[in-house]
Amino acid sequence: MTVTAPPPATAAPERSASRAWRLLRAVPPIWLVLAAVIVLIAWRNPTFVEPAPFLAFLRRCAPLAVLAAGQVFVIIAGEFDLSVGALVTAVVVVAARLSDGDAGNTWWLIPLLLAGGALVGLVNGLVTTRLRVPSFIATLGMLLVLSGAVFLWSGGAPRGSLADNFRQFGRFGVEIPGLGQLPYAVLILVAIGVGLWLLLSHTRFGHQVYAAGGNPRAAGLSGVDVRRVRTAAFVISGLSAVVAGVLLGGFTGVTAEAGVGYEFQAIAAVVLGGAVLGGGRGSVGAALAGALTLQSVFTLLNLLGLAKSLRDAVQGLIIIGAAAYAAHRLRRSG
Amino acid sequence: MADGIEPQDKILLGMYGIDKSFLGVPVLQDVQLECRPGEIHAVMGENGAGKSTLMKILVGVYQPDAGRIELDGAPVRFHHPRQALAAGVSIVHQELNLLPERTVAENIFLGREPRRRVGVDRTAMERDASRLLAALHADDVISPRALVGRLPVAQQQLVEIAKALSFRPRVLVLDEPTAALSPHEVDALFDRIRRLRADGLTVLYISHRLKEIFDLTDRITVLKDGRRVDTVRTAEVDTRRLVHLMVGRDLDHYYPPRATPERIGEVRLSVRGAGAGMLHDIDLDLRSGEIVGLAGLAGSGRTELARLLFGATRMATGRLEVDGRARRLRSPRQAIRCGIGLLTEDRKSEGLVLQLSVRDNSLLAVRALGRGPTRRVGLGALLDRVDLRGSTAREVRYLSGGNQQKVVLARWLATGARVLIFDEPTRGIDVGAKASIHELMRELAEAGAAILMISSELPEVIGMADRIVVLRQGTVAGVLPADASEAEIMLLATGEPDRSGVGVGAVADGGAA
Repeated sequence: MTVTAPPPATAAPERSASRAWRLLRAVPPIWLVLAAVIVLIAWRNPTFVEPAPFLAFLRRCAPLAVLAAGQVFVIIAGEFDLSVGALVTAVVVVAARLSDGDAGNTWWLIPLLLAGGALVGLVNGLVTTRLRVPSFIATLGMLLVLSGAVFLWSGGAPRGSLADNFRQFGRFGVEIPGLGQLPYAVLILVAIGVGLWLLLSHTRFGHQVYAAGGNPRAAGLSGVDVRRVRTAAFVISGLSAVVAGVLLGGFTGVTAEAGVGYEFQAIAAVVLGGAVLGGGRGSVGAALAGALTLQSVFTLLNLLGLAKSLRDAVQGLIIIGAAAYAAHRLRRSG
Repeated sequence: MADGIEPQDKILLGMYGIDKSFLGVPVLQDVQLECRPGEIHAVMGENGAGKSTLMKILVGVYQPDAGRIELDGAPVRFHHPRQALAAGVSIVHQELNLLPERTVAENIFLGREPRRRVGVDRTAMERDASRLLAALHADDVISPRALVGRLPVAQQQLVEIAKALSFRPRVLVLDEPTAALSPHEVDALFDRIRRLRADGLTVLYISHRLKEIFDLTDRITVLKDGRRVDTVRTAEVDTRRLVHLMVGRDLDHYYPPRATPERIGEVRLSVRGAGAGMLHDIDLDLRSGEIVGLAGLAGSGRTELARLLFGATRMATGRLEVDGRARRLRSPRQAIRCGIGLLTEDRKSEGLVLQLSVRDNSLLAVRALGRGPTRRVGLGALLDRVDLRGSTAREVRYLSGGNQQKVVLARWLATGARVLIFDEPTRGIDVGAKASIHELMRELAEAGAAILMISSELPEVIGMADRIVVLRQGTVAGVLPADASEAEIMLLATGEPDRSGVGVGAVADGGAA
């Protein structure tokens, strides 16, 4: 009697099953979560996955997704950027005042706003790396400075309005036969997503961002200018906040609360995407997926008829859960 | 005082058959230690001999894998330092564990503050702290209300000892308490320790400084490679005998042949009168084709010198030349641009980004410099040169110590570094990988690199180096030729004038046996 040879009949399916399992495990889990939430939404509201509503959903996601794609640089580099929400608000309010409904102002206004966002990021970066203020404090301070300045400048009620050619980025799109309107916001999101993904995953700078966050001492001793890399990450986050502000301004109009809460949503999205606070891990793709997931969970909560005020609580639970899951995975594999 | 009643050979503290491994690497094997009441007992050995581990087992920081501990003849088992403290075993660790922003009294009674009905009784706390400091004859120099961070290190040390004494110990362990002290401060500390002995306290004194051991202790237990070599009465041994006990071991490892004189080329890196922090007046030349061994005790400034040559600390005095050109290195970045590479002592905290891949870690420095010609460095060819196989996508934390070291080495080959500083290149690496790292180092030297190798393992220094530079207290104590003995190096490193009256050559015979 031989017991040594395993029956070949069962071996093959096992192997293919395990291959499928491995493939599944190679996918960042956030994509699976996103798929599951979308299936749930579609189950409650089958029209959600039709092209037009789905594109509208993506357009709604775009500001947060762009913010998350910028925030992920800062988080991988080992810092936080809490100032982005206030920066979004500032962009909307300042743009409305300077644009004043005149389409002729848009061409210089957008570069000006981008420069302002870069400047905010630069200040965040320099205060964090040169003055050695923990970024949590530095960007919290920036948040307060920006919202105070906006309030002072606008007197609490934003004046002016956005020109139509400014609003089109968040509001309109290109007509595509059969699909309906493809929003500019989605196109911008895709372009920025691809651009930042290339920057983070396929350039020397991107590699240095991971190194600076993963082990700043080792990175410094290998010639990485950790302070410069971190500062650049803040600038990227500032720029992405400007883009998010432009999209949001076009989409929702001018209010003094436009960006409130976005800093936490952006960090939540990045954490959902598996980035580790403290640095060294994360990716643009997963951060985008995290943003889409967060937004789709909000959509699902709406569908289920839960109060809007529940959003914050759910968001808090999601952040804690995602961070605990990431820590658990790290512990298991490390 | 109980001296009169108790027999001289009564054992107060006994440790028997102590074994301890970390991650399968044995650190202590069958170690025995016996202390009598009221003696100062030295535990000595080279770096890595297991002294600190043994003490951590004694005070309950680590659990032994095997063996037993007896206090006053009764078996004890400490699962937590608190239990050891309660049983009368206190330790002052090598690193100070004080809160700099709290006062002396607050530090001494941290977590055990005397209480009134509500809150802490500051008056009682400061009075008790004064009393403890008085036992050390330090109450006139240290106020219980002083902030610890404002005190000089020597006085902080006394605060630590006062804290240890506050637990009313019967055994006090001092783990290298003099590492940061000046000779004058050491003398003052020794006076105080002798007074404690006179009060009946048993002191376990950990050190590898020969002079201190002879000045202070009654008996000596020598550890080597995790085993007890012998326990001797201090009065009955001389320097030569003690050095022999510490280092007298067999070379159990093959080293590649040394450089022939014609292989050794021009000076690549040279410093004159270099100083910064604890380092001063350092002259050093590193030549193409040559491996210079840098030896010295822990705390002699070896790693500090490596960081200085690499621009990680700035040179305060002196000048530095790379390939004949004067340079001021203000950052590692500039050092790397000059063709210098540093393999840090602690690979995990300073060498590697553990969660990044072999590829990303190997190319880290090249990418950071971002210069043209290095762009097309073939990763495959690099890893072939350091003999590292396997997927380049693996995260380096899953690699063995030897392979991790190869990744760091590949990083410097990628930048084309011609001056390589290896700080403890084979620490924590198994024997086979050790040999291949050694061969790689020799190959690099033969290809024209200038190599500085820091090592605490004297056989490694002797086996690898073409020239041996010995550091002591922040400066070069002497330079020895390739075939120097362990004893010669130890004598230079400890700065011990030969007590036995025998010349250095004779000591060398003893040490190399």
